[in-house]
Amino acid sequence: MLAPVETQPSREAVFSARNLSIAYHGDRGVVQAVEDVSFEVGEGERLVLLGPSGCGKSTILKAVAGFIKPSSGQVAVRGRPVHGPGPDRIVVFQEFDQLLPWKTVRQNVEFPLRMSRRLDKAEIRARTETALRKVGLSRAIDAYPHTLSGGMKQRAAIARALVTDADVLLMDEPFAALDALTRKQLQQDLLALAEEIGFTLLFVTHSIEEAILVGTRLHLLSAHPGRTIATFDTREFGWEQYGNRRFEKVSSEVHDLLFKPQAQAGKELAHV
Amino acid sequence: MSSVTSETNVAGGFPRLAAGLWKSAFLRKTLILVVLALVWQVSAQISAKPILFPTFTATMSALWNAILNENLLLSTWGSLSVLLKGYVLAVILALIIVSAAVANSIVREALQSLIAMFNPLPAIALLPLAMLWFGLGETSLLVVLVHAVLWPFALATLSGFDGVPETQRLVGRNYGLKGPSYVLRILIPAALPSILYGLKIGWAFAWRTLIAAELVFGVSSSSGGLGWFIFRNRNELFTDKVFAGLALVIIIGLIVEGVIFRLAERMTVRRWGMQR
Repeated sequence: MLAPVETQPSREAVFSARNLSIAYHGDRGVVQAVEDVSFEVGEGERLVLLGPSGCGKSTILKAVAGFIKPSSGQVAVRGRPVHGPGPDRIVVFQEFDQLLPWKTVRQNVEFPLRMSRRLDKAEIRARTETALRKVGLSRAIDAYPHTLSGGMKQRAAIARALVTDADVLLMDEPFAALDALTRKQLQQDLLALAEEIGFTLLFVTHSIEEAILVGTRLHLLSAHPGRTIATFDTREFGWEQYGNRRFEKVSSEVHDLLFKPQAQAGKELAHV
Repeated sequence: MSSVTSETNVAGGFPRLAAGLWKSAFLRKTLILVVLALVWQVSAQISAKPILFPTFTATMSALWNAILNENLLLSTWGSLSVLLKGYVLAVILALIIVSAAVANSIVREALQSLIAMFNPLPAIALLPLAMLWFGLGETSLLVVLVHAVLWPFALATLSGFDGVPETQRLVGRNYGLKGPSYVLRILIPAALPSILYGLKIGWAFAWRTLIAAELVFGVSSSSGGLGWFIFRNRNELFTDKVFAGLALVIIIGLIVEGVIFRLAERMTVRRWGMQR
């Protein structure tokens, strides 16, 4: 279980990437950011993309969101190929300014629902209040974002993602700009919400601990260009397992795979 | 702005403190105006040439008389209503063009060239040509006013749109916003500080252009505007009335800047923490 596993084809993939390669045109010609990355994520799974900076993990997330076009390969959501951004994939960004400053917390959370025009006012209101209660923001419901702390802003952004009927939530290092205490609290709350709601998640991070905790599956990427190194099944790890022997073992193994590529060949065979 | 953030911490005494501060800021500005009026009054009395330099009190009484007896407010309104028409027209036009420029790089480059060409061109310099084409009347004034407002406002709005944070753009696209609704729901509110700045600049340009046009060429709508009032009284050497007209130009400028724009800012960008 701790050894890298093959990507197993699940029966019902919520979203998938097939042979994804992404290049962009920089000042010094074409830069290959991602090369031949594939994954499949089933209902309720939480796939974490983990790797050093420059491994293209955020680029992959942006391609799944539809913000950038892959140079080859395909992203599909529930079998439909992705051709652009859409509300079936709601993104939570790292930046605090993702909340629109001219809207209150409530209006921010209502925004995607009002744009999709499928629900009536009362329903939108009820859903918004439920989502904000779930992330613990009921008290700040009518505050403007600039009066909130960083942690509260990220909570509001998560509520804005939860409130939709998105097939998959995409989180791009949502806790990276928070202080350690707040980050831990939000990781715990996110896990609890995942258990409660069972949303499907694509989560990008550069923290090994966060990756093992949050994800049910880990996808390790190498840098320049981003290539798949290995995949781990981490569904057994939650807060109860945090810091125990198996947890430490996995995290050191991931660490070695990421930062000591020469040790990779030996490790890959050494089943723990 | 800061009142919103600190309100939660300092609950009880804060409103009174804020009111006091506001009052003192208001008092300070009033005091400056009073001192200026005093300097004016004293220097005019020392120079003792009322035909060239009337006193503050003489000017104010001339203003009062003009308002009572010469329908000065009505002709001012005549000027302002022409101004508003041109202003609104230019703002709508600029928003449409700048939105197109955001979507299309060719339009953007065309707009940038046009701004570089026409922004330095004084609007009043176009008036002779406008009068040649459209005759003596409101159309000519509107052409000049639109020219005065369009370029500086488009420039401010374009740089405001360019400055919208990437994350907020992505949020808008994430929810499937495109075209006009993307501009309306993301770009315009996110760029509102720059847009308000452009509106202020545009207002000042429009007001001075209109007064100058009326003053130099005497064109205006039926009642004859505020600039025409100044021009007419200069010809008859009613210097106190000339001063009264100028004072009214300044007073209206102060009201628009200090009341209308300040209120607009307080209700939007300051309340949202987008501007201090």
